[in-house]
Amino acid sequence: MLINLSFIILLLVLSPCSLLVKAQHQTNSLILDTCKKTPNYALCVSTLRSNPHSSTADVAGLGLILVGAVKAKSTAGLKTISELSRANPALKKRLSQCMEDYKMILSAFIPEAEQAIGGDPKFAEDGMNGIADVTAQCVKSLQGVRAPLPSTNKLVHDLSLVTVSIIRTML
Amino acid sequence: MEDRITISHHPYTPLPDGDNAPSSGVSPATQNGRRRSLKFVLVLSGVLAVGLIMGAMFSFSTNDGGAVKMSTESPEKISELVGRGVSEGVSMKSFRRPLLGNEPPANFPWNSNALSWQRTAFHFQPTKNWMNDPNGPLFYKGWYHLFYQYNRDGAIWGKKIVWGHAVSRDLIHWNHLPVAMVTDQWYDVNGVWTGSATILPDGQIVMLYTGSTNESVQVQNLAYPADPSDPLLIEWIKYPNNPVLVPPPGIDFKDFRDPTTAWLTPEGMWRFVIGSKLNKTGISLVYDTVDFKNFTLLDGLLHAVHGTGMWECVDFYPISKVGENGLDTSINGLGVKHVMKASLDDDRNDYYALGTYDPVSTTWVPDNPKMDVGIGLRYDYGIYYASKTFYDSNKKRRVLWSWIKETDSELSDIKKGWASVQGIPRTILFDHKTGSNLLQWPVEEVNKLRSNKTVFENLEVNGGAVVPLEIGLGSQLDITAEFEVDKKSLESVQESNEVYDCKNSMGAAGRGALGPFGLLILADEQLLEQTPIYFYIVKGSGGDLKTFFCADHSRSSEATDVDKEIYGSIVPVLRGEKLTVRILVDHSIVESFSQGGRTCITSRVYPTKAIYNNAKVFLFNNATEAKITASLNIWQMNTAQRHSHFTELMM
Repeated sequence: MLINLSFIILLLVLSPCSLLVKAQHQTNSLILDTCKKTPNYALCVSTLRSNPHSSTADVAGLGLILVGAVKAKSTAGLKTISELSRANPALKKRLSQCMEDYKMILSAFIPEAEQAIGGDPKFAEDGMNGIADVTAQCVKSLQGVRAPLPSTNKLVHDLSLVTVSIIRTML
Repeated sequence: MEDRITISHHPYTPLPDGDNAPSSGVSPATQNGRRRSLKFVLVLSGVLAVGLIMGAMFSFSTNDGGAVKMSTESPEKISELVGRGVSEGVSMKSFRRPLLGNEPPANFPWNSNALSWQRTAFHFQPTKNWMNDPNGPLFYKGWYHLFYQYNRDGAIWGKKIVWGHAVSRDLIHWNHLPVAMVTDQWYDVNGVWTGSATILPDGQIVMLYTGSTNESVQVQNLAYPADPSDPLLIEWIKYPNNPVLVPPPGIDFKDFRDPTTAWLTPEGMWRFVIGSKLNKTGISLVYDTVDFKNFTLLDGLLHAVHGTGMWECVDFYPISKVGENGLDTSINGLGVKHVMKASLDDDRNDYYALGTYDPVSTTWVPDNPKMDVGIGLRYDYGIYYASKTFYDSNKKRRVLWSWIKETDSELSDIKKGWASVQGIPRTILFDHKTGSNLLQWPVEEVNKLRSNKTVFENLEVNGGAVVPLEIGLGSQLDITAEFEVDKKSLESVQESNEVYDCKNSMGAAGRGALGPFGLLILADEQLLEQTPIYFYIVKGSGGDLKTFFCADHSRSSEATDVDKEIYGSIVPVLRGEKLTVRILVDHSIVESFSQGGRTCITSRVYPTKAIYNNAKVFLFNNATEAKITASLNIWQMNTAQRHSHFTELMM
């Protein structure tokens, strides 16, 4: 009985995976080829796939989608930092640097990348590299801190480097 | 998945909502499925885990090996971040400092003293914010004009790029004027981009520039001074029927920018060039016009080079094979060669080639196809981009401007509130001794800033020695130096088939028989920070000497977020010539010229210790066999930046 139940549950669990297989077969080759040139293929593919516009986008469009994803993660990151600061006054001082960094990402580097991708892509590369630098700084300042922030931070860092390589292909 | 940079050294306890998941190679989609199932079936979680991993592996293996396979491929991916390689015809460049190993570069805690030291004393820069390409340089009614790409909103690039404007009597002391053109038309609302001036024989100034339209299409526009009797040319008018040129068929609307100065053809037409690309081939489109309002696109390309990518900021001008002066852009004939130059978008370097221009067939042919545009010589082996020349009718010289970007982090730029300088303007001459390259030299007006000369004669420096040079302060200097290697070593040193390359060498620490030797600039007393500018000689088969000229930034700063590359190239040295170098030190910019300007290197340097009173200069010889004799003149340089009443009208 237990074995039957396990088998059924296994089937239930595997079926979303088979749907996943089907979805991946439909991921267009531009996404796959473009993502192969980045330092994090899986992150690139999954981020693009989660945006419905990616299936019809050209490389510049894919770049914009990634910039949008970095923006979304950074916004979430800033929110996390604010909440952590409020919940944890002892952490507030250490978090203040990251807070400034994330504000800078959202107010300076993201707009630079968004504006440049459509115009002069090499400056978008600068903006995304700026984000990678800033999140690296944040990582360092948060060593030893128990929080979900480090993984968000790493995600923003890695995503921005993926975006840099996509922009390179646009030059 | 995320193997290139791990966070395993962070000792925190991850929260159970999925922080661990990425490192197990499971994709987010299956991770969500796992979360739902976990809540649902606690007892069978082990079976589920097995099922999920099987499912993940199954899904990825029917794809192309995805994440699971990538985990072993990550180390190669690092190199992809660095450059796309020589095989694609683009020189290997590492614009970004490569991430080595797993540690992301931590940003350096810059203090405001170290940051404010970085501002230059005698290079052109606006008082704040971002600058890039020089635009429309010209001489008119007694004033030198410089326009430049400027962002009024911040210290990084932005889409509302406008034309900044400044004037000078001497190319060294500048007065800032109001912004000349802004993003106020549909055809340049996304950027008033780079352009060039043509001065007509009757003295009229015509400016052609690229606008990025409301739909980010690159178009060419005409502008001219509102009041030609105003020597300061403060107000500009945009031609009401702009744009005058839109991308032609077959040219992408994002690959059509930076029109050159025009020249007169034998038929009396005005002709100019716009760079572009077709696939990976850099090309130059040619247009003819009579009135700068209506244009004919010529059938042929002036020139094209496979594999070089987009040609930005194309420049095309004559040089005299025999004379000591520059030439007006329209000159051609016997004794004239033409320089073709392009800024390669792919690797952010400026390349030039010497050749012959035939105005009848409208083709330009390089003297040496192996050293063609984009694959041969560079104006400068350091940081030097989007450069542009103009003919200075005042002193009859061809003068070169260039954008010198920052090589620190954008974070620092935002903190210090500015980014970029222009190089010191350089005169351009044909090197008739070698016949195969140009000579660049700082305009003579920069010599006016010299003061407090110190002379060193015939200093002998043995291998391994470092000699401090007592010259007072070391942040603003003009250094000229001559080096001789002792003849005995040159003769006795064994021939080697060493292949030297500044970039991949150990810099000043890489000892050879006949090098490196030179100067340590922006060095502190303990040499914790130092920027060697040096020569390195290799004696090849047959006793041939090859000389390399390099600038080594690997120990230029203790900061971890600045460029630490070694730049440089081979420099031709003719029989009987001593090795000579001139170095302009101006805080965070150093411009070095070897053999009278045959090989030039512009550096950006950001020391944390070797600043203010602690910036010093040393002579060094790190060769294992050669003894060198050096003679130097070192001047302090006065500051050229000043505020004048013009700044009341500033942006």
